[in-house]
Amino acid sequence: MFPIVETRVLASAVKQFKVLAPEIARKRQPGQFIVLRTHEEGERIPLTIADADPDEGTITLIFQEVGKSTAHLGTLSKGDSLLDLIGPLGHPTHIEKFGTVACIGGGIGIAPVYPIAKGMRLAENRVLSIVGARTKNLLILEEEMGKVSDFLRVCTDDGSYGYHGFVSDALQDLLDQGTHIDLVVAIGPVPMMRVVCNLTKTRNLKTVVSLNPIMVDATGMCGACRVSVGGRTRFVCVDGPEFDGHEVNFAELVKRQRAYLPQEKQSLEAFQHAGGACGGGKR
Amino acid sequence: MMAETPEKKKKEAIPRQKMPEQEARIRARNFEEVPFGYPAELAKLEASRCLQCKKPACVAGCPVSIDIPSFIWMVLQDDFLGAARKLKEMNTLPAVCGRVCPQEDQCEKMCILGKKGEPVAIGRLERFAADHERNHGQFVMPPKAPPTGKKVAVVGSGPAGLTVAGDLIKKGHQVTIFEALHKAGGVLVYGIPEFRLPKAIVQAEVDYLEKVGVEIKTDRVLGQIATVDELMANGYDAVFLGTGAGLPTFMNIPGENLNGVYSANEYLTRSNLMKAYLFPQYDTPIARGKNVAVLGGGNVAMDSARTAIRLGAENVYIVYRRSKKELPARIEEVHHAEEEGIQFHFLTLPVKILGNDDGWITGMECQRMELGEPDSSGRRRPLPIPGSEFQMGIDLLIVAIGTGANPLIQSTTPDLQTNKWGYIVADPETGATSKKGVYAGGDIVTGSATVILAMGAGRKAADAIHKYLMG
Repeated sequence: MFPIVETRVLASAVKQFKVLAPEIARKRQPGQFIVLRTHEEGERIPLTIADADPDEGTITLIFQEVGKSTAHLGTLSKGDSLLDLIGPLGHPTHIEKFGTVACIGGGIGIAPVYPIAKGMRLAENRVLSIVGARTKNLLILEEEMGKVSDFLRVCTDDGSYGYHGFVSDALQDLLDQGTHIDLVVAIGPVPMMRVVCNLTKTRNLKTVVSLNPIMVDATGMCGACRVSVGGRTRFVCVDGPEFDGHEVNFAELVKRQRAYLPQEKQSLEAFQHAGGACGGGKR
Repeated sequence: MMAETPEKKKKEAIPRQKMPEQEARIRARNFEEVPFGYPAELAKLEASRCLQCKKPACVAGCPVSIDIPSFIWMVLQDDFLGAARKLKEMNTLPAVCGRVCPQEDQCEKMCILGKKGEPVAIGRLERFAADHERNHGQFVMPPKAPPTGKKVAVVGSGPAGLTVAGDLIKKGHQVTIFEALHKAGGVLVYGIPEFRLPKAIVQAEVDYLEKVGVEIKTDRVLGQIATVDELMANGYDAVFLGTGAGLPTFMNIPGENLNGVYSANEYLTRSNLMKAYLFPQYDTPIARGKNVAVLGGGNVAMDSARTAIRLGAENVYIVYRRSKKELPARIEEVHHAEEEGIQFHFLTLPVKILGNDDGWITGMECQRMELGEPDSSGRRRPLPIPGSEFQMGIDLLIVAIGTGANPLIQSTTPDLQTNKWGYIVADPETGATSKKGVYAGGDIVTGSATVILAMGAGRKAADAIHKYLMG
């Protein structure tokens, strides 16, 4: 069992947990993820490790309540425990001194971008960050991103805060102004990553994306997370989660992410109907 | 000579006893176990068929050398608990092996009665004795050697790992099992369906090991949370790698990433480990097809097909590129599948998977095959018949054409020798690898094989590890 030692609401339906998991906290590196289960009947949920404190023995998880499993996770509070926590999983981000790195996060994707930006800064890169959300009250980690970036641009789709536009527009502005960038890291909803990659491809600017397909075991055993990269099938859980964004077949990824929409809807409705109390209960 | 004694004549007159089982029509719609097992009278009647050979050939046919005539004799004498204990002397998991061992290729194949008629149903008797003990027996601590102070890490809790752990704990060593998934049991839990191996039975075996003193750490992906070298540096005197062959193989044909195309590993893991067949009571979903094709002809293909029919499919097809004779699955499994209405398309090879704009499978294009000369496996090589392409309308495809080695441990253990397929190179007699103090056994050495062969490898490795630790 893995006790939750701190919970915070970061934005509407976005929560942050600090979980006691000393072994994982010691081992994890930026870019890696965990899988968790909340109760015996629950799914295995993959989440990026947003941060870790090896001394305290904690890892930080950030999630958006979108379906039944994350909604149920959101009902847990300080003192509750996760039934299972498996990790670290996946390859760590390749971090070295590239020069100038643009770290772009959209929506909940800012959570996985944060540790990478932090790592890139530690490796003495100049970090230019662009973070965005649909609207102001969905924006997360603005302050944290500011601390690890040499430059931070905050965008909202509706203009309710900061730059009015998409993160890709802000990147376009930077490039048009002649800003030199050696590497782009872009994480967020698939349409956002696709637009960023289309933009950087025309300029031959290397772009790393981190993918979040459906997973089951997340150890390379099932292939649920397979994705086409450069025409080859790769497993995101063990070959990724990061890939060259110019090689990823995003259209296929979107379709695969939608494979269980009807079941997800059915589960969520049943959960909400039951007043958010889970059938399995907390154990 | 036992050949023509009146005693033998009499025994031949008693037919091999069938296990009562769920009727095919009914069981094809539920996930409960197919056979009910012998009641005591049937078990004793079957046990009475055993000739109690002085030089029992059956024992030589058993990868873990169970004293088969002795346990059968105890069944006959009403000493069911004694029979179970006799089994457990050599076999850590008799209730499992009684269900999933290919006895027809092992002990029963060697049975003298089988020369003229039908062999003694050794597997069914094993199952009977083990079930009786689980249901009626009390936990008895097996004799344990005094503590040696040595620590062993066992990586993977499948049949090989459980066997190694069970053997070494009795020899007085401290044993910790590291399992990547949230439940111990490996393929017994994620792979073999409930209707063939109820999970409560696996859990009982795992619980037994814990009671005997084995520490089981689930949720630990070795290679990530710790490397083999780190285990050794942290006080483990020896390491056994029993990580299995868990990497699914696909055919590399167009359309394989369409929704509705599963690896058998994914399909079975969703259903078995995550209990998706109980969705929405359990949260993990599984696609339910109306017309389901399963590629492959092994036990995993049969398990997948029989799962699909239980999930409500109207038509389930096994699509296999060779003929019925070459099916690698156990005869009993093929027979069960046929009874449950699974349809077989032999000499058929898919070349392309077809889909719609939403990314869902709608069918597949296949080619008819004919058999040519035998290939390196000794089986006749299937060859495509030109111009024989045809389409099959399906809405779910399960690819059960085998698995490969998961590279996680090997890639983080630089001095561990592997072969060209990524399997760990280990001495077949001892399980010793190229790395001192590190042993391996089961599918991660041999590639996909059977539960009992993995257990046999575990037994040999446990003996070798014991010698290494005490030498």
